[in-house]
Amino acid sequence: MTGTVSVRRQKIPKNNIRRRLLFFLLLAGLLMLAVTFAEQICPYDPNAQIFSTLEPPSAAHPAGTDRFGRDMLSRILVGLQTSVLSTLTLVAIITVVGTIIGVLCGHLGGMVDAFMMRVCDVCLAFPGLVFAMAIAALLHGGLQNAVIALAVISWPKYARIARSQTLALESTDYVAAARLAGDTSAQIIFRHILPNSAGPILVTAMLDIGTMMMELAGLSFLGLGAMPPTAELGNMMSGGRSMLQTYPWVIIGPGIAIFVAVVIFNLLGDTVRDYLDPRNSRRQSSANGKKEQEK
Amino acid sequence: MDVFLDVQDVTKTFIAGGNAGYTAVDHVSFQMGAGETLGLVGESGCGKSTLAKLITRLIEPTAGTISLCGEDITKRRGKPLRDAYRQVQMVFQSPMGSFDPRKTIGYGVGEGLMNQGMPKAERTQRVAALLEQCGLPPKFAGRYPHEISGGQCQRAAIARALAIQPKLLICDEATSALDVTVQQQIMELLENLKREQHLSFLFICHNLALVQSFCDRVLVMHEGKIVEEGTPDAVILSPQSDYTKMLVAAAL
Repeated sequence: MTGTVSVRRQKIPKNNIRRRLLFFLLLAGLLMLAVTFAEQICPYDPNAQIFSTLEPPSAAHPAGTDRFGRDMLSRILVGLQTSVLSTLTLVAIITVVGTIIGVLCGHLGGMVDAFMMRVCDVCLAFPGLVFAMAIAALLHGGLQNAVIALAVISWPKYARIARSQTLALESTDYVAAARLAGDTSAQIIFRHILPNSAGPILVTAMLDIGTMMMELAGLSFLGLGAMPPTAELGNMMSGGRSMLQTYPWVIIGPGIAIFVAVVIFNLLGDTVRDYLDPRNSRRQSSANGKKEQEK
Repeated sequence: MDVFLDVQDVTKTFIAGGNAGYTAVDHVSFQMGAGETLGLVGESGCGKSTLAKLITRLIEPTAGTISLCGEDITKRRGKPLRDAYRQVQMVFQSPMGSFDPRKTIGYGVGEGLMNQGMPKAERTQRVAALLEQCGLPPKFAGRYPHEISGGQCQRAAIARALAIQPKLLICDEATSALDVTVQQQIMELLENLKREQHLSFLFICHNLALVQSFCDRVLVMHEGKIVEEGTPDAVILSPQSDYTKMLVAAAL
């Protein structure tokens, strides 16, 4: 002991975060490539019932075949495409819709705000997936309807974040200064409020990709999402669940695919959050500044 | 002297939870002549800043009228109100907080010019000139608020306030957050502006010495009301109301 007080390091070194961010961006990029070109890289036609049924994994069929004699690997790739693309669409919709509503509520205040926030409360008061199931069932299943159902239950979170950000930013001196500089309300929103509230909203969206993928697959598993013969990971698992003990590859393959995709997106979201956290960047940059001054 | 700013019976009551709450500014009336430097002193929470925000219409008055150059701006909204802002600008207390952390200083200073439709090349030149006028190197236009010091930020805030050539500059405790040497520099800058530009100042401050040296006239505010008015020397050296006596005693 040298007599100095040791302070627990609260920040993660920025370089570490940047390296982690690059790594997960690379993984997510690879996943997105695989998803975009799923039809081109899958070895067989995912819907062709031309092989012997329920073949275990082999060199010709690395993930085996299902009970209709379709190649599992091809179906997993195409299923991943369906899952990932519909999840990204869903997250994009709820982020944009939630942010618009939230910013407008925060900016306008009054009756509009009070009404929309009570609607949010209603949506948030229900257990999410149960509410989504009810809506999806009401809309008679289908992948598109499952996306709509999940969008209906998930936008309030974004509206809440955007609203609180807007309220906090509206009272800052720089928004007052912008108003004095002659900014219209729209200009204040686009120049000052949106750029300054993008961080938390973006992080929530990144973290939600994994969750939404799980919930979408969950709805499909329950028969409220993608309908056969569409290859979608949730309904592939659902179709194979009776064969878990006898022909496990028909359910393990899609399961691993969901697991990997969700883990990649969740860790990417975590890393983006760490990266944008001002506590991890500002102090680091001021520490760098001090080092430079010492030199 | 022409009356530039005329505040009549302005009242602001903050309403909390449906109940008539706190009256921060209570039937305040005063006038300001063109080119006049008016000091506004009083303890924290006496309504000084609220009054400043009312004059700039950042918050709505509960009652009363505010007129600029004889025109009532109390009911103005939208474009007419933005036109009125061309004559009134404000320097805020917190140096860092008055610039958008995600925008450069140059963007902040030039925002008002951009809104007036000044082309980019001309704007860049004007911003550089403004920064220089306020004692900052023109290259600061490319820096972000957290990259410059509080005093420099406050100079940039003054540059921003001057950008659209207002007639009245409201300084809401513009020097309170700065240390005494930087405070001195900022005061020198304001003195220069007062001499050169024929600006009117509404100088909100709780440092009586600064008010005494800088202002032509001073208002003393207490619990939302103006309790005393006069030349700085008269108010500070021979205070009339009990509150002003207390304030002066506390400062000595």
